[in-house]
Amino acid sequence: MTAALVVGTLLAVVCVVLVALPFLREPRPGDDTLARPDAQEQRRLALAEERDRALAALKELEFDHRTGKVSDDDYRQLVGPLRRRAAEALRALDLQASTVEEQVTTRG
Amino acid sequence: MADLGRAALVTSFLLLLYALVGGSLAAWKGRRRLAESAQNALLGSFAATVVATAVLVGALARHDFSFQYVADHTSRELPLGYTLTAFWGGQEGSLLLWLLVLSGYSVAAVLTARRVGREVLAWVVPTLGLVGTFFALLLVFVASPFATQAAVADGAGLNPSLQNPYMAIHPPMLYLGYVGLTVPFAFAMGALLARRTDERWIVATRRWTLAAWAFLGIGQLLGAHWAYVEIGWGGFYAWDPVENAALMPWLAATAFLHSVMIQEKRGMLKVWNVLLVVLAFGLSLFGTFLTRSGIIQSIHSFTQSSIGPWFLGFICLITAGSLTLVFARLPLLRAKTRLESLVSREATFLYNNLLLVALALTILWGVVYPILSEVVTGQTATVSKPYYNFFLHTFGLPLLLLMGIGPLVAWRRASLRALGRTFLWPLAAALIAGIALLAAGAGSSRIGVIAYTFSVFVLAAIALEFVRGTVARKALGGLGWAAAFSSLIARNRRRYGGYVVHASVVLLAIGVTGASAYETVRESRLKPGQSMTVAGDRLVFRGFRSRLESNHRAIRGLVDVYRGDKYLGRYTPGKNQYFAEDQVSNEVSIRHDWLTGGDLFLIADQVNSNGSIDLKALQKPLVNLLWLAGFVFVGGALIALWPDAREERRLAERYAGATVRV
Repeated sequence: MTAALVVGTLLAVVCVVLVALPFLREPRPGDDTLARPDAQEQRRLALAEERDRALAALKELEFDHRTGKVSDDDYRQLVGPLRRRAAEALRALDLQASTVEEQVTTRG
Repeated sequence: MADLGRAALVTSFLLLLYALVGGSLAAWKGRRRLAESAQNALLGSFAATVVATAVLVGALARHDFSFQYVADHTSRELPLGYTLTAFWGGQEGSLLLWLLVLSGYSVAAVLTARRVGREVLAWVVPTLGLVGTFFALLLVFVASPFATQAAVADGAGLNPSLQNPYMAIHPPMLYLGYVGLTVPFAFAMGALLARRTDERWIVATRRWTLAAWAFLGIGQLLGAHWAYVEIGWGGFYAWDPVENAALMPWLAATAFLHSVMIQEKRGMLKVWNVLLVVLAFGLSLFGTFLTRSGIIQSIHSFTQSSIGPWFLGFICLITAGSLTLVFARLPLLRAKTRLESLVSREATFLYNNLLLVALALTILWGVVYPILSEVVTGQTATVSKPYYNFFLHTFGLPLLLLMGIGPLVAWRRASLRALGRTFLWPLAAALIAGIALLAAGAGSSRIGVIAYTFSVFVLAAIALEFVRGTVARKALGGLGWAAAFSSLIARNRRRYGGYVVHASVVLLAIGVTGASAYETVRESRLKPGQSMTVAGDRLVFRGFRSRLESNHRAIRGLVDVYRGDKYLGRYTPGKNQYFAEDQVSNEVSIRHDWLTGGDLFLIADQVNSNGSIDLKALQKPLVNLLWLAGFVFVGGALIALWPDAREERRLAERYAGATVRV
């Protein structure tokens, strides 16, 4: 019974401390708001996903062509738009990165 | 000690409630410290549940019959291994296992979700808290494993069919699968609540979904093998509602694992994917409800069950809540791209999805219909094997074929010429196999010939994929054959791991077809010295042998098996009489033929007082491929699950700004 009481009490104390820890660690935080990505970060994320998708599709197309799943005609028709899409996404990402850099420089 | 168990469960319940309420408030109002505190509450709930589990395991090990649960499910003579597995042998223990696995998954998933984004994670925590609160609530207020009584001299024992080594691993595997589906559900809901419909929730849950799906698959195969060797009716799957309960979420999760690739590669099917996650999780809850509510035996036992109505209410709440959320976020989920061609890899994935979901829903209807029928008409209706077999053939055979077609078709679109080239060898192999099967007399089962022909087609397509891929990789990298082969797999683990899993499904299909379509069954009453014949094997009954074990008496028939003049060995089907449980179990005897993959399966249907035996003998061709499929499945799942450093680097770069410290 005593052992059970000790373990029970210990468990309760550990759990209370665990839950209260963020408040104990920072009783008066400078900023208590939950970080959310701003519009720029969300745009960057969408562009990065689009870039990865386009690059993966290009890689897949090359491989399918090599293994004979895609004919030469289909390959020629498909590869152009995919390359354009990947290039557009890369350009847009570069543009976005330089805009952010400019903003940081202006603020700094 | 029961007080400690109760206190630990109450602590877990309060912490999960805090994770739900505090976490929701933190996510809604955007409070960082409160969100972290709610996350820590999940960690605390896991610790509390571990303590509760330790208390119950300790009580089982000590044979502490002051615990009602221990007295109801064990006895003093029960071997220690089975005494401990009684942890999940009853309702209350099973629910505790659910909570233990869920809180463990919750902590692990939240702590490793570095890339999901803090705003999404803030909503994931209360979603996990909601599910956990429900199970903790059941354990605290409705079905506590810590109910006590005046200690009795001995317990009621464990159901004999659960006294099998498989019971040590089969239920935990199933639970790891069922409960694991909570993780993709919580992240999908978290993403929708945070209005983030990018791929981060998919990336964060990819491995969790795959692991849950693999556990569910392995759990079902172990269950099938347990039924095969223990239940003693000669089969491995009986379309029993409890079996279907695990199959349905597995089918929905299989559909999700395929369709999510279309979202990753093409940005399509966002709504469908979220719906599949909801369906898979809903079906896993429904499966637990089916097995734990008592609704299966009779609608009346459902009304008597203490947890049935709670489960039904929670399933309705989850379904209605998540569908409302999906509907509210529809504008965010619209795809920007469309399907380019009906002959493309993504189109085959779509067909595969439709067939998988159709199969899952027809099985669901088969399970639900008897319950609805009893509610509406008051009469018991049964949905039996022919119903399920019809839909298995209708949807399963095209699914099998699609497993071969999919890998041969390119993404986006495929021309006739390219299709002709890639399909040539698999089609030729299938055609030759079909003709050979008919020539060998396999035409007695039309379904059997179709299934085997499709199986050869799929295996040839998979082999061709590996060969062509290795040749291409060798040409690209100037590597040797072995290096090219391993580089092929290492560069796309999910694809080639998936192909290995496909191969395991083909082995399973071959095993199931052999054991069902080409099975031979003979029954006979034999006196000592008499014999019977099954598929060319002569079985001679020699008499009985009886042995006293710690908790049962084992009676075995002695059957000598001959093929022609060759003696193949002595086999001993019989029965066990359990003392404490006052029950009799069938103990089958199986002769495995490793060369042909078939089994001679012997059942002592009746042990008669005049010294005769009612012997049932089944020849099951190729049935062992079913168990081999399990090993191949595990291999494929491990390949797909194995971390990919290249992919990790790419994702780290992509989500660099969104990575959170947790």
